[in-house]
Amino acid sequence: MSISEVFGGIPVDRSTLRALPNKAIGVATVGMTMRFGAFTALDTVSITVRAGTFHALLGENGAGKSTLVKCMMGFYTPTSGQMMVEDREVEIADPRAAHELGLGMVYQHFTLVPSLTAAENLVISRARVSPVIDWTREKSGLLTFMATMPFSVPLDVPVARLAAGEKQKLELLKQLYLGRRFLILDEPTSVLTPSEADELLGMVRGLTQAGELTCLMITHKFREVTRFADEVSVLRRGQHVGGGRVGDLTTNEMAAMMIGEKELAQSADRVSGTGADILSVAGVRAMDRSGLKPIAIDALTVRSGEIVGVAGVSGNGQMELMEILTGQRPTPAGEIRVKDRPFRASRRQCRDNNVRYLPEEPLRNACAPKMSVAENIAFRTFDTIEGSGRERFWLDGSETRRRGAELVAAFKVKTAALDAPIASLSGGNVQRAVLARELSGDVDLLVAANPCFGLDFSAVAEIRARIMAARNAGAAVLLISEDLDEILELSDRILVMSEGCIAFETPIASADIAEIGRHMAGHA
Amino acid sequence: MTDIGLWGVPLAILGGAIRVSTPFIFVSIGEALTERSGRINLGLEGTLVFGAMSGYAVAFHSDSAWLGVLAAAFFGLLFGLFHGFVCKLPKVNDIAIGIALMLLGTGLAFFFGKPYVQPVAPDLPSIPFGFWSDIPQVEAALRINVLFILGIVLAVAMAFMFRATRIGLIVRVVGDSADAARAMGINIDLVRLLSTGVGGALAGVAGAYLSLYYPGSWNEGISSGQGLMAVALVIFARWNPVNCFWAALLFGGAGALGPALQSVGVTQGYYLFYAAPYVLTLGLLIATSSTRRAMSSAPGELSITK
Ligand SMILES: Nc1ncnc2c1ncn2[C@@H]1O[C@H](COP(=O)(O)OP(=O)(O)OP(=O)(O)O)[C@@H](O)[C@H]1O
Ligand SMILES: [Mg+2]
Repeated sequence: MSISEVFGGIPVDRSTLRALPNKAIGVATVGMTMRFGAFTALDTVSITVRAGTFHALLGENGAGKSTLVKCMMGFYTPTSGQMMVEDREVEIADPRAAHELGLGMVYQHFTLVPSLTAAENLVISRARVSPVIDWTREKSGLLTFMATMPFSVPLDVPVARLAAGEKQKLELLKQLYLGRRFLILDEPTSVLTPSEADELLGMVRGLTQAGELTCLMITHKFREVTRFADEVSVLRRGQHVGGGRVGDLTTNEMAAMMIGEKELAQSADRVSGTGADILSVAGVRAMDRSGLKPIAIDALTVRSGEIVGVAGVSGNGQMELMEILTGQRPTPAGEIRVKDRPFRASRRQCRDNNVRYLPEEPLRNACAPKMSVAENIAFRTFDTIEGSGRERFWLDGSETRRRGAELVAAFKVKTAALDAPIASLSGGNVQRAVLARELSGDVDLLVAANPCFGLDFSAVAEIRARIMAARNAGAAVLLISEDLDEILELSDRILVMSEGCIAFETPIASADIAEIGRHMAGHA
Repeated sequence: MTDIGLWGVPLAILGGAIRVSTPFIFVSIGEALTERSGRINLGLEGTLVFGAMSGYAVAFHSDSAWLGVLAAAFFGLLFGLFHGFVCKLPKVNDIAIGIALMLLGTGLAFFFGKPYVQPVAPDLPSIPFGFWSDIPQVEAALRINVLFILGIVLAVAMAFMFRATRIGLIVRVVGDSADAARAMGINIDLVRLLSTGVGGALAGVAGAYLSLYYPGSWNEGISSGQGLMAVALVIFARWNPVNCFWAALLFGGAGALGPALQSVGVTQGYYLFYAAPYVLTLGLLIATSSTRRAMSSAPGELSITK
């Protein structure tokens, strides 16, 4: 056995090792079923993705989309069911086996290695790496490859220091670099700006039309489906409920398949009347995540009863602004005041001032992944007695569960059990659980970053309605979002962040999308 | 003895640093490998003591110090593999197993080592790099054991391995993100098993150095916690093998401070200087830590930093 076989886990019999396919391949699942304990996440799902097509997979949060594709990739072993590749039954025991067949996937949660640089991540993910890596040669090879791609990422920075958008681009670049012929994308564009998304999907579509690649994309955005996909399959509560050619279906028909008989939440109307300043930031200075670029917020106020939207291309300091406001990033200069008192984001100050946060990547930034759903939901309240607000010493487990159950029901969090670790929830449901925690009770200041990241359209409508309701109830809302449509829909006032500064401000009434776009791009 | 006055102190410290640091180098480089793969092996103290005993015993019977070193490495490998194997069972905590193995290793070594306290086994050879000088202190300080040189080579080789070899990158992937490793189809348990095994083997060699060179005999007090200190040393060295080497040297130097001062006649308070390595560890860990940055070089899968 050679080293690669030992480390790869499955000894490969050289005689059966075929070369990777050199054109698009067709893939199908037959009767795929997956149970987690007593919970059936997938129920005899059969879908066919023909070679050279761009296939969209739709479904609500928790419908089982990620589970299905993970079964296809050998990441989970399905309870029953069969995979077909190019009309032949295949056994996919683990992701390695899937890769040997030319299948690749970009997972919903990032799977890049944080401490490795982009270059190291790309090279090590290749199936065949020479035992000793000649970095000069690899680097020049990578640069040549990058030159043919529509976008690039810095090669020599550890991935942990990249912004979400850059990580996603790198994930995609990696798959293309590995020469995959069947590519699964799990919500690939949620971290990209609309123009980046179009560029990226346009390129993938080009590859499918040329017969080079087959793509199965999970998405919540109908715009992307109608614009780029050839065919669509819809899952609802683990079952395949329909699909067909995109040209033959309307958006409404697809939406109806997804949610069945259910009504969409309507955003409440804006009740006018902004009040006193709640949040004011003056002259704050900090360093960005790489420790190299300065962040400078000279003046930012949010008044009660208004939503201030912060637009910007990812990686322009929005993450850092969020961290400054949550007290996670030291600020050598400047002052943050809430209700006209200095604010350092301590737990007590947050509680006294009713300050709430919805950070991005909530599983990482706002949850204890291995603790249960009920416990995670109780993070704001577990140490106070309900009603009186006095601190408690002994925890009350049944109280935690009762409140957890209430909020899970109110926010429609789909979970196998209240005691399930929150990390086992689908991406969208983690988001809902955190929202349930942060939006319950009185809210005077809400700071949210990409609150609808990865949510299906009914959930998006619901979350936006809740944010609007909080505003109408008098909360000051700072909405940091990379989704310009979201900002335009919700905000009373729009700021644009670029290069770590607030570059532009406009009230919604006189907002001009082209002008905002120019400031986002950094040349006004 | 030529009287070279106060120059004797730095010389004695240098010589002492080289002598005392060698076991630290081996244990910490081995532990760096284990921790880079995402496991922590606290049992290395036991492995080291058992290595010292088995190395001494085999050297005594075979009359070859090098066979002793090989035997110590072999038993260290077994201890490491055992740790790696037990930890891959579900719900097993690597720190708890490490502590259990530490006690087991020392216990076994004392049990089997009883008959070897008296006999004299051959020493490991050393190279007289001080041949050009006729000052005996210089000659003594520069009499360098082959294992020390091997340690330098090993540190550089392992740093190169982490940077520019496939195996090195795979170990780092496994240690930093088990999810990513699984997505790549890497057999995580196997990588960790082998990394822990090699770490154990190196700790065994460190033990053999103790009993076969410096101090150079087998007894129950042979180790003064080198196996445990090496773990702290790895953290201080930020999981970088070359840093491990420098840190080990620094530790060795601090350890040699007490004896060196004693040798020039400082009799008051030199006991305090025996505590120098420990004070140094604490001081350095505090000085190099930061509240602003996470320990960015820490392997993401390590149970103590996770
Ligand atoms: N490892 C697991 N253990 C237990 N339950 C799980 C596990 N993985 C997923 N589930 C459950 O299976 C269901 C489907 O999850 P899945 O991640 O496939 O949803 P999804 O369609 O991808 O949703 P989203 O759009 O929110 O990403 C969810 O209810 C989830 O809680
Ligand atoms: Mg999903």
